[in-house]
Amino acid sequence: MSDHLAAPYTFEYTYRRSMGPVIGRFLEGLRYEILEGVKTADGRVLCPPQEYDETGAPTTGEFVQLRPTGVLKSWTWVAEPRENHPRKTPFAFALVQIDGTDSCITHILDAKSPKELETGMRVRVRWAKEKRGTIQDIECFEPSSPILLGPVHLDFSVMPGVHQTAYLRGFEQGKILGGKCKATGKVYVPPRGASPVDGQPMDEYVEVADRGVLTTFTVVRIPFEGQKLTPPYCFGAIVLDGSDLPFYHLISGVAYDEIRMGMRVKAKWKPREEWETSVENILYFEPTGEPDAPFESYSEHL
Amino acid sequence: MRDIAIVSFAQLPSERRADPRDEAEMLEPIINEALGKVGLTQDDVGFTCSGSSDYLIGRPFSFVAAVDGLKAWPPIRESHVEMDGAFALYEAWVRLLHGDIDVALVMSFGKGSLGSIPDVLNLQNDPYYVQPLGLDSISSAALQARALIDAGKATEKDFADIAVRSRRDAMQNPFAQVKGEFDAKKILKEEPYLASPLRKSFCPPLTDGAACVVLATAEKARAICSRPAFIRGIDHRVEANSLGLRDLTVSTSARLAGERAGVGKAKVDVAELHAPFAHQEIILKEALGLDSSVRINPSGGALAANSIMTAGLTRFGEAASRIMDGSAKRAVAHCTSGACLQQNLVAVLEAE
Repeated sequence: MSDHLAAPYTFEYTYRRSMGPVIGRFLEGLRYEILEGVKTADGRVLCPPQEYDETGAPTTGEFVQLRPTGVLKSWTWVAEPRENHPRKTPFAFALVQIDGTDSCITHILDAKSPKELETGMRVRVRWAKEKRGTIQDIECFEPSSPILLGPVHLDFSVMPGVHQTAYLRGFEQGKILGGKCKATGKVYVPPRGASPVDGQPMDEYVEVADRGVLTTFTVVRIPFEGQKLTPPYCFGAIVLDGSDLPFYHLISGVAYDEIRMGMRVKAKWKPREEWETSVENILYFEPTGEPDAPFESYSEHL
Repeated sequence: MRDIAIVSFAQLPSERRADPRDEAEMLEPIINEALGKVGLTQDDVGFTCSGSSDYLIGRPFSFVAAVDGLKAWPPIRESHVEMDGAFALYEAWVRLLHGDIDVALVMSFGKGSLGSIPDVLNLQNDPYYVQPLGLDSISSAALQARALIDAGKATEKDFADIAVRSRRDAMQNPFAQVKGEFDAKKILKEEPYLASPLRKSFCPPLTDGAACVVLATAEKARAICSRPAFIRGIDHRVEANSLGLRDLTVSTSARLAGERAGVGKAKVDVAELHAPFAHQEIILKEALGLDSSVRINPSGGALAANSIMTAGLTRFGEAASRIMDGSAKRAVAHCTSGACLQQNLVAVLEAE
């Protein structure tokens, strides 16, 4: 049969509720951001205050002022709020034990994702901006972290020193400079103030090639505080042609699972008009396509 | 105290949305079926009690209209509880103890499909502190399920196993609504949370239904029924309404009701537990002291069909049917009401 009659129908009770001395006092307190519990005959504190405890005994009428913080005792994540829910975006319902009480308050808990929530975590009241003397004067609870942020921020002016200055000046002209050790003839990139072999000044600069051999590398896949690049990215040690010690730069322009030790790489320079006094004039090193260097040729650099 | 027994049970098939029959029209066939099974007519009934809630269909005093499903003229002795029909059975049991009548008719109906049950059930919550937050029945049950997991008493896998078992058992129950072979691993992998940690399969279906039970005093029961299910104990306990005043991982009210009804006095063959949410079966089994030897919910239970206001009476009818059909000698029937098992009614049914 398809002729079943049905029609929309709304059912309302427009109740006005008197509140009495216990509930009334509590809700009126919320208006002034005062959170109170009530003492039971056996000395416990209930928040929200009840006229009777769960044993049926009347509570004492003695109120206790509370801090607006507590512990999350249970929660459920509502990924798709219903029409009658107080929020249109995902939120949690929660049972929160306010500090200094022996019961829980049912309320909502604001979080971006259920991953932020864990039973036992500390939470705090977020007060509603506009208050009307209702339970919703507590807009919601929110996670409160026991971690105190302690950032340190200091500004300096750094100077690179004579040899680093020469090195960085080189990049202004698209050159990579090394320093030659008088004792061994080895070329260090970047140049150093003194030779680690004999302690003598290394003030002879030589230009090295912007290509060389990748001796080893790592692919960074995890984020960390202060990271400038977005993972994944590859960082490699390169012995440039004409130098004898590795120099470090990014490896790119190739799939990460194709990067290998011994691979020949060359610098990918920024467009000339963007050059500064910086090693970042080189964006990264990329494969040259030449045959790989034999292991013995770079094994001493590992 | 007079011995009183369940002698007959009838129910409508549970459906997501029943046909367009109104309450009286739903009740009329099962009342006649339940009475007819034991050769009675409405003239033999000394007391009638119904259980229903007007909030389900948004029609005040709908239970009055349901009396039309009875032969109510000349006026009969009649009562109603705004509760599951199992609580009407409790009242009828008390009424039969008075001694002046020997047959009582208990019935209930629920047509939850007309509204939004999870929202309707928010009206059970405290109107000052909780109702304004819109705490629906699934979310409040989820708070309980999370507490159970956090206490180390259950896992989501346990919930899934209960759902799978219930719906497999429901395949043998022609009146059940959700039935079939389900896979626990698949449920855990594929079903999104309705309200974490509850997935759809851990929650009851939305069901329309009606049920009817006939009670009789001992002598009458033996005369009209070959194997009456005697009510050997029955008790009802209620806890605080506020979830924050309770330990949600246990059911003190079910434990006390079970003790008072005498559940532990002898071996229980079968228990029909009204656990609308899978995790509540775990809490109830512990509270009633039911071990793994007890057959739980062979009907499929409330996870297979949960007509609000009827599912509890149906548990009584199903448990009694296991006695009456000879498959059990001693059964436990249970009904819950309120958020997170706030109220619990427990009865022990026995064959003679």
